[in-house]
Amino acid sequence: MRKEFSKSIEKLAASDPGIIFLTGDLGFMALENLQETMGDRFINAGVSEQNMVTLAAGLSSQGYKVLCYSIAPFAVFRPAEQIRLDVCLHDMDVKIVGNGGGYGYGIMGPTHHAIEDIAMLSSFQNMRCYIPFCNEDVDGIVNVMMKRKGPSYLRLGFGVKPENLDLPEYASVRKLRSGRKITVVGMGPVVLNVLKALEMCGAKISADLFVVSEMPLAGLPPILLESVKRTGKVLVVEEHVGRGGLGENLSLLLLKNSAGCKLAHSKAAGYPNDLYGSQAYHQKMSGLDPESICETIKELSDE
Amino acid sequence: MPDIARLRKIKTDCVKTLLGLHKMANAGHIGASLSCLDILVYLFFERMKPEDKFILSKGHGAVALYTVLAKSGRMPESELLSFYKDGTLLAAHPPCNRRIEGVSFGTGSLGHGLSLAAGMALSNRFSGKKFNVYCVLSEGDCNEGSTWEAALFAAHQKISNLIVIIDNNGLQGFGKSQDVLGLEPFAQKWRSFNFDVVEAADGNDFKSLGKSFDEAGKTGAGKPKCIIARTVKGSGVSFMENKMEWHYLPMSEDQYEKAVDESGATDA
Repeated sequence: MRKEFSKSIEKLAASDPGIIFLTGDLGFMALENLQETMGDRFINAGVSEQNMVTLAAGLSSQGYKVLCYSIAPFAVFRPAEQIRLDVCLHDMDVKIVGNGGGYGYGIMGPTHHAIEDIAMLSSFQNMRCYIPFCNEDVDGIVNVMMKRKGPSYLRLGFGVKPENLDLPEYASVRKLRSGRKITVVGMGPVVLNVLKALEMCGAKISADLFVVSEMPLAGLPPILLESVKRTGKVLVVEEHVGRGGLGENLSLLLLKNSAGCKLAHSKAAGYPNDLYGSQAYHQKMSGLDPESICETIKELSDE
Repeated sequence: MPDIARLRKIKTDCVKTLLGLHKMANAGHIGASLSCLDILVYLFFERMKPEDKFILSKGHGAVALYTVLAKSGRMPESELLSFYKDGTLLAAHPPCNRRIEGVSFGTGSLGHGLSLAAGMALSNRFSGKKFNVYCVLSEGDCNEGSTWEAALFAAHQKISNLIVIIDNNGLQGFGKSQDVLGLEPFAQKWRSFNFDVVEAADGNDFKSLGKSFDEAGKTGAGKPKCIIARTVKGSGVSFMENKMEWHYLPMSEDQYEKAVDESGATDA
């Protein structure tokens, strides 16, 4: 997604001199176009994420829209206090951009994973998290994020949209598939695993599939609420820990809306066997691979 | 050369307000406020132009800041009456909501100020505006790694409209700075980070401060500046001077009266 992201920013920055781009010394094979076209508005701040984020707040206080780019855990957790105080409490127009959300950096190991990012950031004042689910989704979501003035987090990953899927017009919650038996709600590129899982499940099991692209989820769109009330069965899928993620956020909203249902939650398990591997490996260990999701869907449908 | 008599008179006035606020609220941090008050008076009443910006990285000196903001007309004096009370903008540390002119950013967690100031100062490169950003740091601020990240960045980017003033009083949260986490050779550290460094022998004296700022203004272009102001915690109140406990303690009635007497005496 990072290439799609840098293309989108290049377009926006060409007509908006108020955009400044900071990177924490990352962007090889992805940000060269920005470095070239943004001139002195592209700054490599070095491997100093705390300074980068607070600096961005300082720049933003003078009227600029500032992006801070790094690998997701370094963009989010190292400068956590800087984001909380200087960006969020002051409601600055700063966009934290983390590449490789979830287990995206796979075999690079847990230092490079971000499976708790949404929990932390979505709890901060004024912060809105944007989570595209496929490469083709990035341009639309970046435009929405850049139009909104205020603290934002963009969680980039990787995933190619299947040819048989039409990308619906952007909304914070979108319906991707229609079905009868259960309601599946997902966040991020792991939704592509859900699409595969639904194909594996076969025609007997049909599901409503929703993708959530903004967190925290402020309310339930009527179309999602209607689906849950109709099916009475919900599966939440996210490459993020259970605490503070989509599952907990959605559950509370369902309860508030008196939408009692049977709920299953496929989520990042962390490092259950203390061993490391590719993103697909970690997904499998967490039950987030297409096969496991298919099993979970079948179990939930049969109950 | 600054009008020393005028600044002293303003300072005396500010000390009375500052002590009054601390007494009214039964609040601590008096030593920290008194330590940097002369620097703030000098900046707000002598050095800074209307377009210049200020960041108090050592947010625990907030009362000194509130006092000079009110006295210099950047904040209504009536606002001071709400200090420390429920529903105030003026808590023990500066507000994080941009609702007080002159407080661009709330601070209180150490190690943020220099990056904030660097960002504000760097914006001139894109806007073509011209202003200086003054940032007051404590030694505690210089314990934080983020301060040194900012120092590397500011020097690398040659942010020459950034002026750092260190309120170097030798004391920090739970001990003498030299015993807690030694910063010496302090000036040498900042020089090696490529700052133009000037040492103010007496950071609680307007003459010494004036000389140091003039000197800093003359140094080569293209570098951020750092004035290391040797100050005294609790400056001007004999029983508070150089005492760590006055970072925390509120004043009794007797102590308050004695402190006010002494601060008045300095005016004579």
